[in-house]
Order: sequence, then C-alpha cells, then structure tokens
Amino acid sequence: MTTLNRAGWRPEMNAGGADDNVTFTGNRALMLEEPLVFEIGSTETTGVDFDEEAPAADLGALARSAPIGLPGLSEGETVRHYTRLSRQNYAIDLGLFPLGSCTMKHNPRLNEKVARMPGFADAHPLQPQETVQGAYAVIHELAAWLVTLTGMHSVAMSPKAGAHGELCGILCIKAALEARGEDRRVLLVPESAHGTNPATAAFAGFSVEDIPATEEGRVDLAALKARLGPDVAGVMITNPNTCGLFERDLKAISDAVHAAGGYVYCDGANFNAIVGRVRPGDLGVDAMHINLHKTFSTPHGGGGPGSGPVVLSEALAPYAPLPFVTRDGERFRLIEEESAGEDHPDTFGRMTAFHGQMGMFTRALTYILSHGADGLKQVAEDAVLNANYVLRNLEDVLDAPFAASGPCMHEALFSDKGLAEGFSTLDIAKGLIDEGYHPMTVYFPLVVHGAMLVEPTETESKAVLDQFIGALRSIALRARNGDPALKSAPHFAPRARLDETLAARKPILTWSDAN
Amino acid sequence: MRYLPLTPDDRGAMLAAVGASSIDDLFSDVPEAARLDGPIAGLAMHASELAVERHMAALARQNRAAGDGPFFLGAGAYRHHVPASVDHLIQRGEFLTAYTPYQPEIAQGTLQMLFEFQTQVARLFGTDVANASMYDGSTACWEAIVMARRVTRRGKALLSTGLHPHYRSVARTMANYTGDVLVDGDPSLEAGTDWAALAAAVDKETSCVVVQYPDILGRIDDMRALAAACQAAGALLIAVVTEPVALGLIQSPGEMGADIVVGEGQSIGVGLQFGGPYVGLFACKAKYVRQMPGRLCGETVDANGKRGFVLTLSTREQHIRREKATSNICTNSGLCALAFSIHMTLLGEAGLRQLAAINHGRAKAAATELAKVPGVSVMNGGFFNEFTLILPKAARPVIHQLAEKGVLGGVSLGRLYPDNDGLANGLVVAVTETVTEEDIAAFAAALKEVLA
Repeated sequence: MTTLNRAGWRPEMNAGGADDNVTFTGNRALMLEEPLVFEIGSTETTGVDFDEEAPAADLGALARSAPIGLPGLSEGETVRHYTRLSRQNYAIDLGLFPLGSCTMKHNPRLNEKVARMPGFADAHPLQPQETVQGAYAVIHELAAWLVTLTGMHSVAMSPKAGAHGELCGILCIKAALEARGEDRRVLLVPESAHGTNPATAAFAGFSVEDIPATEEGRVDLAALKARLGPDVAGVMITNPNTCGLFERDLKAISDAVHAAGGYVYCDGANFNAIVGRVRPGDLGVDAMHINLHKTFSTPHGGGGPGSGPVVLSEALAPYAPLPFVTRDGERFRLIEEESAGEDHPDTFGRMTAFHGQMGMFTRALTYILSHGADGLKQVAEDAVLNANYVLRNLEDVLDAPFAASGPCMHEALFSDKGLAEGFSTLDIAKGLIDEGYHPMTVYFPLVVHGAMLVEPTETESKAVLDQFIGALRSIALRARNGDPALKSAPHFAPRARLDETLAARKPILTWSDAN
Repeated sequence: MRYLPLTPDDRGAMLAAVGASSIDDLFSDVPEAARLDGPIAGLAMHASELAVERHMAALARQNRAAGDGPFFLGAGAYRHHVPASVDHLIQRGEFLTAYTPYQPEIAQGTLQMLFEFQTQVARLFGTDVANASMYDGSTACWEAIVMARRVTRRGKALLSTGLHPHYRSVARTMANYTGDVLVDGDPSLEAGTDWAALAAAVDKETSCVVVQYPDILGRIDDMRALAAACQAAGALLIAVVTEPVALGLIQSPGEMGADIVVGEGQSIGVGLQFGGPYVGLFACKAKYVRQMPGRLCGETVDANGKRGFVLTLSTREQHIRREKATSNICTNSGLCALAFSIHMTLLGEAGLRQLAAINHGRAKAAATELAKVPGVSVMNGGFFNEFTLILPKAARPVIHQLAEKGVLGGVSLGRLYPDNDGLANGLVVAVTETVTEEDIAAFAAALKEVLA
C-alpha cells in the first residue's frame, strides 16, 4: 500500500442554499478547510529522518508484518496541517472565554518556558533521588504554598486532575472511617454540584443523597442538620458554589458534620474566587482539591492535562496517598511504598504511577511566585469584581435567579426565563459565537432552568467586559424578541450547528476508507 | 501585577457600577471569623518575570537532565527524541489555551485532532475504537479493569506479575474500596512470561486478565493462546502497553485477540516530564464502546451538510449520568494527545517502523555489551528496547554508584519491589534511539568498575 488517500480529498461543493458564494476549494479566504491526515498522508511519507538504516530484527511470529495504516506527512505538511486545524479553535489567546466553573484565564508564557527547562522536562521520575533534588524542591515549595493559602494541614500532590483529586479526598475519608471501625455509606451532595461529585462518591462505593438548597441558592443548613446521623460519612460541598455564591454557612455546616462524626469534602474548583482572601481551613474543611489548571492557570490544552492536588485536615492527613516529598534538613526525600511503613503507615495507597503532574507543578509554582500573596489576593478580588460587574449590567435583560442573594463571587448565573417562545439558552450561546466570543457554560448548574454561567476571570479588562456586556445584551434582546436569525446561529463559524444526535445514533469514532 | 489589567480607576468605577463601596462589600458573605486582614502572612509578595525565572532556573539546575549524559531509564517512561515541530505546534495558543470542545462550531481544530488521534491509537493497538485519552497509563489500566467488570458482571481480575508495579499498586488501592478481587504477585527473574499460568487460571469468575506487553522486565510474548483461554472462559483480555513505539515492530495486542488495550502514550511526543503530565491510551473492540470511560469524539455533519466532529456518547459520562457514569473522569489529556498525534503524523508508518527497529537494534547491541561485564547476565528470552540484567549483587546501590560516575544506568528492581529480596539483583535497562554507542560503552565500563 503506497498511500491511504486512494479516494483523494474531495472538497465538497456547497450545494447552493443560503450561501451562493461558493469557492472551488471550500475555503473562504482565511477560513481554511483541512482534510483528515488519513486523506492527505501516505504510509511511506515521513517527517523524521534517522541517521541509520533500520537493522534487521529477529522476532519470529511476533514481528508485525501487516500494514498498520498510519499515514505520515513531511514536516512542512505537518506544520501546515496542525496550524490550519488550530485556526478552527477558539482560545483564550483570541478573546474572552467566560466558561463558568472552568476558569479560563490568561496563561502566562513564563510558565511554559519554565516547564520546558531541561532539568524539569527531561528528567525521569525514577532517577536516583540525589539527581532530582530540584524537582522534589519544586513539589515541596508548591505544596507549602497550597497548604498556607488554604490554611490546611497537608497536601497530596499526585492526583492527576480535579475529579482524580475528589477521589483522593473521598478515599481519605473512607480510610479514616475504616480506621475508626465505622461503616458509614452515605455522602450528602447538593444538586448544584459538579457531576464529578456524585460520580466520584459512587465510584468509591458511597450512596449519594441530595442536600436541598434554599431559595437563595445555598445549602439548606437546617435540612442538612436533620439528615446527619451515624450512616452519613460526610458532605461534598462546592464553595463558592456553582450558583456563584459563597456558602455563608459553611463553618456551621462543618461543625454540624463533625459533631455527627462525618467529614467535609470541599470541591475547590472555584478556589479562584477566594484565593488569598479566605482559607478553607478556617471554615472547617477536611479535604479540598485544587485545580491547578483553573486557579493557578496551567493551560487547559483543549481538555487537559489537569492537576488536582488535595489539601487535607490533620484528621485526614495520615491517609494521604503515596508518594510524597518530605524534607530532611537540606535534602528532599521521596516517600514511596518502601519507606511508607515507617513514615506513613496509614496511607490508603497509590493513585497513579510516578509522582503526579510535574509539568503542571512547575507552571503553577511559577504563576504563584509571580503573583505572590498580594497578587493572589488581587486575583480573587478582581475575579469577583468582574463577575459582579457582568451580573449587574445584564440582570435587566437576562433573568438572574440569585441576584437578590447578595453579591456573586467569581461567576454570574442567569436563566432562560423571559426568552421568547421557542428560544433557548443554546441560541444565546450560538449567538455569542457569531459575536466572536466563546459562550459561557450552559445548562449547568442543573438547579437553574437553561442555566448560563458566566466566569469572566480577573485577566479581562473593563473594556473587554464592556464590549462583551454589550454583545450579550444585544443577543439577549434578540432572544427575548424572537429574532429567527438567532435560531440558526452561528452563521460565521467554521461550522454551523452540528448534528449531535446523528453522531450518537450512528457512532463513527475512527476514520476508515469506507466512511 | 503584569497579568491583571484592571487599573485602580477601573476598579473604582466598577465598584460604583455594582453599588459596592469597597471590595470588602463583595466578600460580605464570608463569615467574619474567616476574613483575613491582608495578604496571608509568611508568603512572598509578587515578583518580576526575571526574578521568578531566576529562581526556577536555579531549581532546574539542581536536577540532572536525562540528556546530560548516558541515560538508560525506562520502566514505564521512555526517553525518545521529540521533533522540534511538535512542541512548536502544541504551543499555538489556539490549542494550548482552548478547553474541552463543548462548543463544536468553534472547536473543530481540537475535535478533528482527537478524531485523528483516536484513529491512530486504534490502528496502533489493532483495535476497532479508542477514546480521546485518559490521565495516564496507570489510571487507564484501572479503568479497563472496572470496564471489564461492567461488561462481564464478574469481579475477579488476574494481573500478570509482569504488570508495572505502580499500575498494580493503583489497581490494589482502588480495589480496596470497590470490592474487586485482584489476583496478583511479584515477577520472578525468568526468561519467559507467566501467561501460560494465567491461561490455566482463568475461570468462570474471572472478569479479566491483565498483561503488560512488553512487560515490566522487558519480556515479550505471544498472547494468542491467552486470548483464546480468556474467550473460552468469558473473560476479557486486557493488554497494557507502556512503550507504544514497540508496536512499530511487534504485533499489536488487538491483532492477537486482546479485548481492551490500554497504555501510556508518553513515549510518543510527550517527553519524560518527571512523570507527568502523560497521556493514557484506551482502546477496545467496537462491541464494548458504550462501556468505555472517558471522552469520545465522533464524526457528524453540520446544518449545511458539511462534515464536522463532536464529543459523543456522553450519556456514559459524569456530567450527564452523575452517580451512574462509567467513570468520574472529566478532563482527558488533550494537549498530550495532540503531541502524540503530531509526532505520530511526523513519523508515519514508515518512520515508526524504522524508529522501532533502531530501538530494538540498539538495545540488542547494549545487551550484548553489558553481558560482557563479568558477573552480569541478560535475563530475557526476547525483548524490544528494554531488558533485565542480573547483577552479581544488589542493583540498587549500584545505581547510585553509577550515577556518581555520570551514568544513569536503569531502574533497579530494588526500587520497584523494595520488599522482595529475590529481585534485588535485577536491573531494568532501556535503550532508545537517543542512546549512542559511546553511551553504551561508558555504561559497560562504569558497571565493570562498580562491580569489580
């Protein structure tokens, strides 16, 4: 087989319709169509040269002889393929990306430079400890910042992402209960929680019960207290919560849960709103994951990698996973399975190979050192100010169900109430795309109908917010007035609305010649 | 503060616009006892780019980089040359600073890349489908075991003793809490795998058999008989690949009948990174796709009939199914998947085969040279680019003595299995295309000195 593109790339001519300006290529000036690599590459093309011929191998029946079907491109073609693909993406580098709960803030480039220093990027996780003291020092220094910023006792650094951190915290709780010889099976989780919370609880063998919310969008303290008992392992609470509100009663909740023998897990996805201003440890939290890719701005990379260290209270610290870094005088030491028996006998075990997301640690530490304690406090303040500015400038045209509940924290929540018949949150989102913005988070949290969760972050200027507010106002008014053009938005994106039902009904998950 | 655009005037105007007299008004819901007066005590204040870079560079210099001298570590993380264009392309802001493609109309770049990635992984592994990536190989391995439980409705997993001890440790940790029964153990220093014993042990309670290929000691073996035994017993065969470059030269697990193939994709495009972030690969037969964890990208059409891509089958996932989801995983490892995919595109099939052959050839040469050191023997019958040496004494101190001589000479089994004295003399040595003949000679000479 010499080539995979037997059929060749066939630019599909637009068959008339609304758009008569059809080009031969399907391109529209700077908006460039790009075929799949399987349609343009060949299995004999390569963009990598080697200095030697491949020696003959003697592998007998294990030798791979059949074609694999992996097309290659020359380096120039490769650069062009991925550059053209990249231009079909929206990104923070292009503009406001107010995806609530995801904290899409500017990613400083110093962080990228530091992560690529050979001492960090080109070090093996199992190198002799004396050859990687600098890497341990980074983990230790970042750990110290996280512990101090949260007012907690210690931190488990190895979880790979937020949901993995949740699992870490919940396993610590489970291990602590086992150590006490108690079999508590219920975790209380508010309906407004991220989907990962109940999924994590279930994965760890807990049953999940909803905690009701008050009219104003916070946990109902009285109802929660009434449910506490010997079968309740604890609560999972997001603070600030997903309605964008600070859980005013969190300390009282923690006290009540502790009094009933349970533990408090806090989903720290929204720590960005309070970093440097409030320490979760002061509110009685036992475990909280920190999404380094949110609060501390490691890049989101089109969907990961994340990093989810978990800060722990003194009560849960003994159960933290392996490995971790400790300091003996001038020297750093990695506590692994080997020495755990002496140093950390109650650990619940290992969650991942190696030591966690080192590349995220270097970036996050760089970010933290750049801001310092004063800058991080300003981060929280500006994030909250920006969100309130958005909330108060739009609440007259978009329903804000909790606008009367006090100031919001770092995100502003709206509902679809008041839109014209047949118009939905989705239409507003797609309208924003045409205006050059990434839409806000939509249809989450589930407790608000047609939710729109706007998180501007602290790295947006007033001028950017003013323009965004103007754009969203205009779209909201179009949706209220029933402008039919909004139903078919986006009109100017690389693709119109995509048929997700078709994708799920007849899944095509890999390319094949027959497609 | 160079990352914060609001000026004091902006802040004043915005506070006025929201009806607050000071920023403290916006934090009025914080209980008084938890309010802090000023910046948290005991922490440094903000610093310039120059100062921060200087501090971090000093820490980086305290590490010996793999490229600073002869380097032979593997055991689940491999040092390969990554073409310059890979890192250039993943740093394009449209990839680096985008997020999960929730709005497909403006995320076709990421989505098409994921579709290509899924296809590349499926073809490399010899399976029908692959997902858009997991955190890493170890977590992907555990997710595969859980998936096998869902598919077979059985709860006993047989783990090969050749499975990476960290992967086994992750599975052990999780199984403690989920109630899955794991049958596992340490490897023994034998030339061949334990797969025949596993084939004999599969029974009607077994959900899956997990083998690593090549395994932690570098051994490779034919898994067809094991696959047949699994099939006969109604169990799934899960193959774990921690060195995907190997599949340029040896048959894929899918071709040999594995039902689920998972792996660590780090060795293609991602680099060592001191252990993370890496990219978990997850692939399986088409009939199990609805039991898969993680994100999947699928092809569809837009309202104008143009081909496009979306995230799909999300009814498996936590944001829809909550406590009934197939996994709690939310992020994947998108940027590392991109690096993998770009590197794979640069290599192409011809390049991958050549890269794999060079690795294998170099490893054979190294094994020959190292076996000449008095008292040292090569344990393996067959291997790809990694093999286990048996030293005449415990390997762990030897590693440190080698490091003093400037040679990072592999991973001792004493580090990986600290409680097993029977493995103490084992040393796992990986040899990739980045190793030169001079490196091999330096390793052999240093080993000879240390063992003398």
